[in-house]
Amino acid sequence: MCTTCGCGTDHVHIDGVGHPLARAELAPLTGGEKFAAIASPQATGHLGVHAHGTPASRIIQVERDLLAANDSWAKLNRERFSAHSTLCLNLVSSPGSGKTSLLVKTVAQIAGQRPVGVIEGDQQTSNDADRIRATGVAAVQVNTGKGCHLEAPMVARALDSLPLAPGGVLFIENVGNLVCPALFDLGEAHKVAILSVTEGEDKPLKYPDMFRAADLLLLNKVDLLPFLDFDVDLCEANARRVNPDIEVLRISARSGEGFDAWLAWIEQHIPALSAATGAKGDEAAP
Amino acid sequence: MHEMSLAESVVQIAEETARSHGATRISLVLVEVGRLAGVEIEALRFCFDAASRESLAAGARLVVEQPDGQAWCMPCSETVPLSSLADPCPRCGSHQLQVTGGNELKVREVEIH
Repeated sequence: MCTTCGCGTDHVHIDGVGHPLARAELAPLTGGEKFAAIASPQATGHLGVHAHGTPASRIIQVERDLLAANDSWAKLNRERFSAHSTLCLNLVSSPGSGKTSLLVKTVAQIAGQRPVGVIEGDQQTSNDADRIRATGVAAVQVNTGKGCHLEAPMVARALDSLPLAPGGVLFIENVGNLVCPALFDLGEAHKVAILSVTEGEDKPLKYPDMFRAADLLLLNKVDLLPFLDFDVDLCEANARRVNPDIEVLRISARSGEGFDAWLAWIEQHIPALSAATGAKGDEAAP
Repeated sequence: MHEMSLAESVVQIAEETARSHGATRISLVLVEVGRLAGVEIEALRFCFDAASRESLAAGARLVVEQPDGQAWCMPCSETVPLSSLADPCPRCGSHQLQVTGGNELKVREVEIH
């Protein structure tokens, strides 16, 4: 529909949901939306934009956040993760950064020790979920059609067919895109940005929203550094320019370099098991 | 291109507002999109036209207000203007900035009939 990038209002396909979902079905308001100012819109008479209005027209003050519906679903997801003491990480990057390879290697190493699940977001194909399932880890594929990012209600639907075991890790691999996923909270504990050293050092400056939104930056493919002119220190400095608090780990999904630090980072961030864990999910972990 | 999702939210909110007031048509939607919100206004307009087709907002005018970006600079201890998230504080050059304005994304008013 959009002539710029082809994104549109296509239907979303989620493993385990029998039919394609249109937006109104996928993302109805949850009722828990926190709107900015006015709960019940009041009729008022000022707009201050132009001379407007026929005698039969009215101006209604709305003051509703565009992301309120998404954020409300994200809150429900977050409560679900908390109730199950699950660490949810939202992996974001450009296409081709090695996100899926990194994830395959990561889940293979964690799987023996902790419950692991994966939600895979792509416009088309179930290739990535198939790669994850080949490791024995449960994965749900979400095909966004022409959509360029995952939204919180898609994750909520995917979770219905992906049981969370307590003390585990849920990885969400977002659609490869350094722009749009920055804006949409999925309920994750942390966004993890992945940037490969075959890209430019200045990507954090070109796409500041994403690198501001991320808590951790994984610099992937560092095994290729001897063959490249990529300046790792400059890249890290650029990331810290847009986000002074971002943590950075250098890693290679191919050689395994840096994996100990990455796995240790995950381990540190897994929430403590609560007494309520495994119960119905209405009692949040501390 | 998340503008399509945002445009769909604009239409959803405008239609709900109109229906709750018994209106049958929307002629104008006023939205606030801050300059740091990462939204391409022309793309939003284009998507709004597409997303509002066959809705109560079909043919409605989309008016966009764009509040300027601003941030609290920790070293300066004051509010400073900010034109991009990648920019440093224009006074002291620090990146220790907390965005305080310009990231708004909301529907403010709807004109209904």
